[in-house]
Amino acid sequence: MIDLDSWQEIFATLRKNRLRTALTGLGVFLGILILMAMIGFGSSLESGVKKSMTGFATNAVFVWGQRTSVPYAGLPMGRRIDYDNKDVAALRRLDAVDLLAPRNQLGGFRGGATAKYRGKTASAQVSGDNPDFQYVQQPVMKAGRFIDDLDITERRKVCVIGTGIYDELFPKGADPIGQYLEIKGVYFQVIGLFGTRQTGAQADRTLSTIHIPFSTFQQAFHYGDRVGWFAITGKPGVSAAELERQIRQLLAQNHKISPDDELAIGSWNAGKEFNKMNSMFMAINLVLGFAGLMTLAASVVGVSNIMLISVRERTKELGVRKALGATPTAIVRMIVSESIVLTMIAGYLGLVMGVAGLEVWNWLLPRLGSDVPLGPAVVGLGTAVAAGVVLVLFGALAGVIPAYHAAKIQPVEALRTE
Amino acid sequence: MSLVSLKKINKFYKVGAHALHVLRDVDVDIAEGEMVSIMGSSGSGKSTLLNVLGILDAYDSGEYLLDGTPIRGLSERRAAQYRNKFIGFVFQSFNLLPFKTALENVALPLYYQGITRRRRNKLAAQYLEKVGLLEWSEHRPSELSGGQKQRVAIARSLITQPRLILADEPTGALDSETSHQIMDLLAEIHAGGITVVVVTHEADVAARTQRIIRLRDGKIATEAASTSPTPSTSTSTSPSPSPSPSPSTSTSTSTSTSTSTSPSPGSEQAG
Ligand SMILES: Nc1ncnc2c1ncn2[C@@H]1O[C@H](COP(=O)(O)OP(=O)(O)OP(=O)(O)O)[C@@H](O)[C@H]1O
Ligand SMILES: [Mg+2]
Repeated sequence: MIDLDSWQEIFATLRKNRLRTALTGLGVFLGILILMAMIGFGSSLESGVKKSMTGFATNAVFVWGQRTSVPYAGLPMGRRIDYDNKDVAALRRLDAVDLLAPRNQLGGFRGGATAKYRGKTASAQVSGDNPDFQYVQQPVMKAGRFIDDLDITERRKVCVIGTGIYDELFPKGADPIGQYLEIKGVYFQVIGLFGTRQTGAQADRTLSTIHIPFSTFQQAFHYGDRVGWFAITGKPGVSAAELERQIRQLLAQNHKISPDDELAIGSWNAGKEFNKMNSMFMAINLVLGFAGLMTLAASVVGVSNIMLISVRERTKELGVRKALGATPTAIVRMIVSESIVLTMIAGYLGLVMGVAGLEVWNWLLPRLGSDVPLGPAVVGLGTAVAAGVVLVLFGALAGVIPAYHAAKIQPVEALRTE
Repeated sequence: MSLVSLKKINKFYKVGAHALHVLRDVDVDIAEGEMVSIMGSSGSGKSTLLNVLGILDAYDSGEYLLDGTPIRGLSERRAAQYRNKFIGFVFQSFNLLPFKTALENVALPLYYQGITRRRRNKLAAQYLEKVGLLEWSEHRPSELSGGQKQRVAIARSLITQPRLILADEPTGALDSETSHQIMDLLAEIHAGGITVVVVTHEADVAARTQRIIRLRDGKIATEAASTSPTPSTSTSTSPSPSPSPSPSTSTSTSTSTSTSTSPSPGSEQAG
């Protein structure tokens, strides 16, 4: 390895050729900086888009009923598929199911209703939910609590409201907990207030939701045992697609739906979206990383070039060293370590500058407004370590050819040059 | 057995389409403990011969035995080890590394032996003291005079305790007074038992060696015991310098040659 003496040898030569050192260093520095910018931008874009998607478990599946498109078992096509509590029980028996959140919503999916409080009204999406729902679409509780099992069994007339509803109905700063809202002539006591990690239109919709206990919903709004749709998550290790397949199979069986009928059951799985998103970002990051790496490679070629020139310039010195007993190995080691040290120092400065740049970027980002689809850029420890390894590798690579030339120099020829 | 034994060494340089025959059937034998000079006109092949001796340069045919070891086919690594441990070099242009201090320059050969820095510097200081430059340890070559630089170079050549010192016109860049001091130093080294080979143009430098090998167009012209018109004072093995401006003398103690064609020192030796 490189001992203290070799370090001194290396720094002596690097100091001796200040301009060369500075120029080479600048190349590597910029290379690393660009690589960091590329990786950082990719990460920023990714976290930006993913931020707008969070608030969902990644293997969540949503299932609702539609109309059959194929006649089956003596039943005509165009038959409406409705779900009820029997389906809840059946789905609960599926091994793959982790959380099962049957839902009902006033006016159906994306339907609206009105909530009133002290003469003010707000349009809301009123949905009946089980406690499990809070793990599917992860609301951020700001005050109070979400619906619990007791609310369900006792069919309590309570509700959990989004901050959007709160803003419309309550004066600023007022405590909503314990207050009563009127929905379709029924009064519900507010037990919780939630926000969301989502952004944009999706967030607006989420925050204008009022959750009431699923059992209360069915009773208060005369839904009998009807269920609008299900939000379901799979057990760990079960992919969203597999979960979706099993659910569809079970429901098709129970509702006498043809196995070929794709349209009778509507479903959507978050995993599909996530996978699509992930593979897209993988591609983007791959391209950005590749471009950055190539930039770095170009600067390494620069290092190699300048090292080569420096070997030429130092022919005499190398000749003297050889005359004094430097073996080819010693010469190769000297040149390669010089190259590595030069690349590493410059690269390290580039890394530090890059990280600082990303910090500035992350600081600036929230101040650009919330519409920018960019999130904080995260360059993980792994990336930094990888960058370090790559630097050493590239540095060594840059030194190989010059070192080979240096080792090949004949001592006489070296001594002859003036 | 001779320390250095060259038999029918030939060396060519390719110059364009031609091959320049630089060393022609050169036979040289140098016994351990000898002090020999190589003389000849410019371009006669003196440096080439010395470089071949120092394994700094290759030759095309012939046989070179260094301490009984055939040099042809020696690996680069072994050659480097020989240059490091067996041979010390002194050059006309000193060849000190300009960015290193005198001490670091002297210590450099030991670096390639993997000796620790502390030990290296201690030894380097001892050798600098030997050449009287201890207080110049921390100076860089650019701050030293020619004579001082050459003394640093000599200290460097000695630090690995080699058995053979090869000096290519060590006084060529120095004035006569300084030349004398350098030759005194080389004589002292020789007196210590080290074999010394000096390439020189100067008759009075050659005269301080035991034997002169003369080259003419790459051939050994004459090999003569160094003689002088006044063979009265024998100083060849004396470490003390002779202040006389006339070539100091030495009667040959060498057994290697008898074909002495006593040259008139004024004319031919200066050639
Ligand atoms: N690399 C080379 N390529 C071609 N010819 C060379 C080379 N080196 C030396 N020569 C030629 O070989 C011959 C011997 O050169 P050498 O350096 O040995 O002479 P020298 O006796 O040391 O001369 P000087 O007294 O000037 O130092 C000269 O004719 C020289 O031009
Ligand atoms: Mg010469």
